[in-house]
Amino acid sequence: MKRFSFSNFMLWAGLAFIYLPMLILVIYSFNASRLVTVWGGWSLKWYIGLLDNTQLMNSVMRSLEIACYTAIAAVALGTMAAFVLTRVTRFKGRTLFGGLVTAPLVMPEVITGLSLLLLFVAMAQLIGWPAERGILTIWIAHTTFCSAYVAVVVSSRLRELDLSIEEAAMDLGAKPWKVFFLITIPMIAPSLAAGGMMSFALSLDDLVLASFVSGPGSTTLPMEVFSAVRLGVKPEINAVASLILLAVSFATFLVWFFAHRAEEKRKKALQQAMDESTGAALMAGPDSRRDPSQVHA
Amino acid sequence: MNIQRSLLRRLPKGRHFVIGVPFLWLFMFFLLPFVIVMKISFAEADVAIPPYTEVYAWAENKLSIIINLGNYIFLTEDALYLAAYLGSLKTAFFSTLLCLLIGFPMAYAIARADKAKQMVFLLLIMMPTWTAILIRVYAWMGILSNNGLLNSVLQGIGLISEPLQILNTNVAVYIGIVYSYLPFMVLPLFANLVKHDPSLLEAAADLGSSRYNSFWKITVPLAKNGIIAGCMLVFIPVVGEFVIPELLGGPETLMIGKVLWQEFFNNRDWPVASALAVVMLAILIVPIILFNRNQAKELEGRP
Repeated sequence: MKRFSFSNFMLWAGLAFIYLPMLILVIYSFNASRLVTVWGGWSLKWYIGLLDNTQLMNSVMRSLEIACYTAIAAVALGTMAAFVLTRVTRFKGRTLFGGLVTAPLVMPEVITGLSLLLLFVAMAQLIGWPAERGILTIWIAHTTFCSAYVAVVVSSRLRELDLSIEEAAMDLGAKPWKVFFLITIPMIAPSLAAGGMMSFALSLDDLVLASFVSGPGSTTLPMEVFSAVRLGVKPEINAVASLILLAVSFATFLVWFFAHRAEEKRKKALQQAMDESTGAALMAGPDSRRDPSQVHA
Repeated sequence: MNIQRSLLRRLPKGRHFVIGVPFLWLFMFFLLPFVIVMKISFAEADVAIPPYTEVYAWAENKLSIIINLGNYIFLTEDALYLAAYLGSLKTAFFSTLLCLLIGFPMAYAIARADKAKQMVFLLLIMMPTWTAILIRVYAWMGILSNNGLLNSVLQGIGLISEPLQILNTNVAVYIGIVYSYLPFMVLPLFANLVKHDPSLLEAAADLGSSRYNSFWKITVPLAKNGIIAGCMLVFIPVVGEFVIPELLGGPETLMIGKVLWQEFFNNRDWPVASALAVVMLAILIVPIILFNRNQAKELEGRP
């Protein structure tokens, strides 16, 4: 392979295209001049000014709260969906289920947002719940679309897993839920963490869904930023945007770091097991997992 | 025997629970809402809370259902809506093509890099997808504006004398869309390309195939699923995109997501907004089914 092939050039050009604008944004957030296009020296004043902006700080806290709840619920729901998609091969409505899990990935947000709002309005009329729209309704909206992302991440990991370990546990008499919590969950933990972080970030970023389903007094951070951005570029917004960028890159780095470490550990353990060559003892009969009764009979 | 029986009894229960919870959630908060959108698209706008009329009524032992097609007829009468749908489709098509042209070589280069570098490149591609689209679009506002960085640089090196009007034109919308959606093209393409067996290309080369020929006859056909996934991940959401045309586009930018937003938030005409959503969904249903089939294959690890 040539060192400077066309595809390598495109990779570097593409990465520059992706990162330069963000870098410029961060640099300009330290600009002392109020005029965003004129460089007036380095300054931290826009960052300090943010702390006094209580409306903004409130929306930050609200967004973080929703993102936390969303991450937890989306991981639980997405893992279940992934489990069904990879392990339960046949049941009524499986095609519909698969479609429902993956469709939120691509569905335009304006459609999802509008339809969820209309659902909430209809439900409030019919059964009086949700009485008002706010954190709860935003959480439901975010959980629905984040769990699709979690399902994709987790199911790709579930597919790679060595089924024989779960089968061995079943053969030794562990109940399915015990196998799931003691064996499957620890093995897919890195992708659960990745899915959780991803949901957190997606929830923190979302503008369109939140705009539709939020009520008065529950403005999230992106909504606050959007209403300011509409009026043009402002140094305060540069500072907020840089802080969000920083937080997200830090979170991404953490995910990568932990996933990387887990992977290294796994490889090492695998190597060790291979060296000891005791793997044969773990082997179970083909497909005994689906029907434990046959194994014990 | 005892353990076995309790296991068997527990299994179906657990199974129903695991299938039931996500199914119910998605049915309730993803499928059912579309039915309601459909219903309200047949209602009439009204000055009330909520701002639409009921579609069915029960009075004097008579159930009357009023299906008002007025909203749909209205959509065909005003040229604005047709132009917006066409504008959205055109923008989505060309930006998907641009993403594919830029993203394929990038994914190819990452798939050919060694394992340690692959991780870093993937992280670099993935990170922006986690960052607010709003902020990335905002970064471009500062760069593209009349007195922004790009114009200053171009004027500084003497390439242009007058600032170029880029912000609030369709060019800015294309830049913003390609910029925001490029990772969604690269990631599925990479996931596919990395699985290719290099010995196939070697065999082709041994048999006298040129690299150009091998690329089109081996790599591209094998990458079909990745290309479909990447294109759908870009095309479908871009058709309904709101933030980018709103912030980077100008009066000439007609896209359906923006029109729907205006109908809903500015005109408070919920039935027309619903009709717009129903038509958009009808246009997108074929690509969405295509995407879902493709994903189902990927999720189950089928070729």
